[in-house]
Amino acid sequence: MRDFSTEELDRYSRHILLSDVGVEGQEKLLSARVLIIGAGGLGCPAALYLAAAGVGKIGIVDNDVVEISNLQRQIAHFTYDIGRSKVESARDKMLQINPGLNIETYQLFLQAANIREIIRDYDFVIDGTDNFPTKFLVNDACVMENIPLSHGGILRFDGQTMTIVPGESSCYRCSFRSPPPPDAVPTCSQAGVLGAIAGMLGTIQAAEALKFITGAGSLLTNTLLTFNAKTMAFRKINLKKQDDCPVCGSKPTITELTDAEQTTCDLKQLKKDGNYVAE
Amino acid sequence: MRIIINGEAEEINEAELTVSRLLNIKNIESPDMVSVQVNDTIVDRADYDHKQISQDDEVEFLYFMGGGACS
Repeated sequence: MRDFSTEELDRYSRHILLSDVGVEGQEKLLSARVLIIGAGGLGCPAALYLAAAGVGKIGIVDNDVVEISNLQRQIAHFTYDIGRSKVESARDKMLQINPGLNIETYQLFLQAANIREIIRDYDFVIDGTDNFPTKFLVNDACVMENIPLSHGGILRFDGQTMTIVPGESSCYRCSFRSPPPPDAVPTCSQAGVLGAIAGMLGTIQAAEALKFITGAGSLLTNTLLTFNAKTMAFRKINLKKQDDCPVCGSKPTITELTDAEQTTCDLKQLKKDGNYVAE
Repeated sequence: MRIIINGEAEEINEAELTVSRLLNIKNIESPDMVSVQVNDTIVDRADYDHKQISQDDEVEFLYFMGGGACS
């Protein structure tokens, strides 16, 4: 067993006190590797809590820079970060919380060509992406590489999340099959989101990662947890691994990754405005 | 017939009920943003006009939610 320094024992004392975590669980956290995809509304709170928990290696993927409209919910980015790379901004805050961590930043677009190589270095993936083609790409890559994943989505006052353990539980594609047509997807500026919802959902995703690593409790596998913040009604919907799932079913039709046309809300908005200025 | 929709029992005044008809009755504005599960099985979109819903079936509308890193 690892020798904990006095400072580490103090820093992680509230974990160590938990009988389901203890010194053994904290040791697992310190040697665990978690990848966060998206340094936005979901990825920011997840990143801060995973850093605070002492997850030894945290990867964070995002190609964007911080904008003022992000600050309402993307809690790792501060006003002085406007214009900076989101992954750099998030890394700074994680290291300010917990300087000893190994933070790997990926300032890039995830694509079929690069995703498998990146996720292979991690034990658990948190999906905090904003668009459906990437959500499906992340799901498919995690199924193919056999890496557990937390899916998360938020819209207006609602949130949803499920945890996927490939080979054991239903995957995102089991239930959702394929990205909705771009024209059906409301743009961010039309839909909006209550900022704190991002925190609620992102911290649930972080908790799932910590539970997976330490083995504490039971995961949101075969379960879609949904909530509505207007009523604060939470529901667990039972899901089942679908035998006809195109990626994890018994006769998969998706056996390699391909890039779908990008349909992020931003791109859609930009297309409507008639130009493609990168944000 | 009585069915369970999103965990709550509802009486639907139809003798025969397809998934398409139910989406219509429930005023689902954007069916493209919903995945339909009947008794633990996801219904293929191509089968919405044919898939029959029966008494006591449990129907879940699973909504597509993106969010996250929206800028």
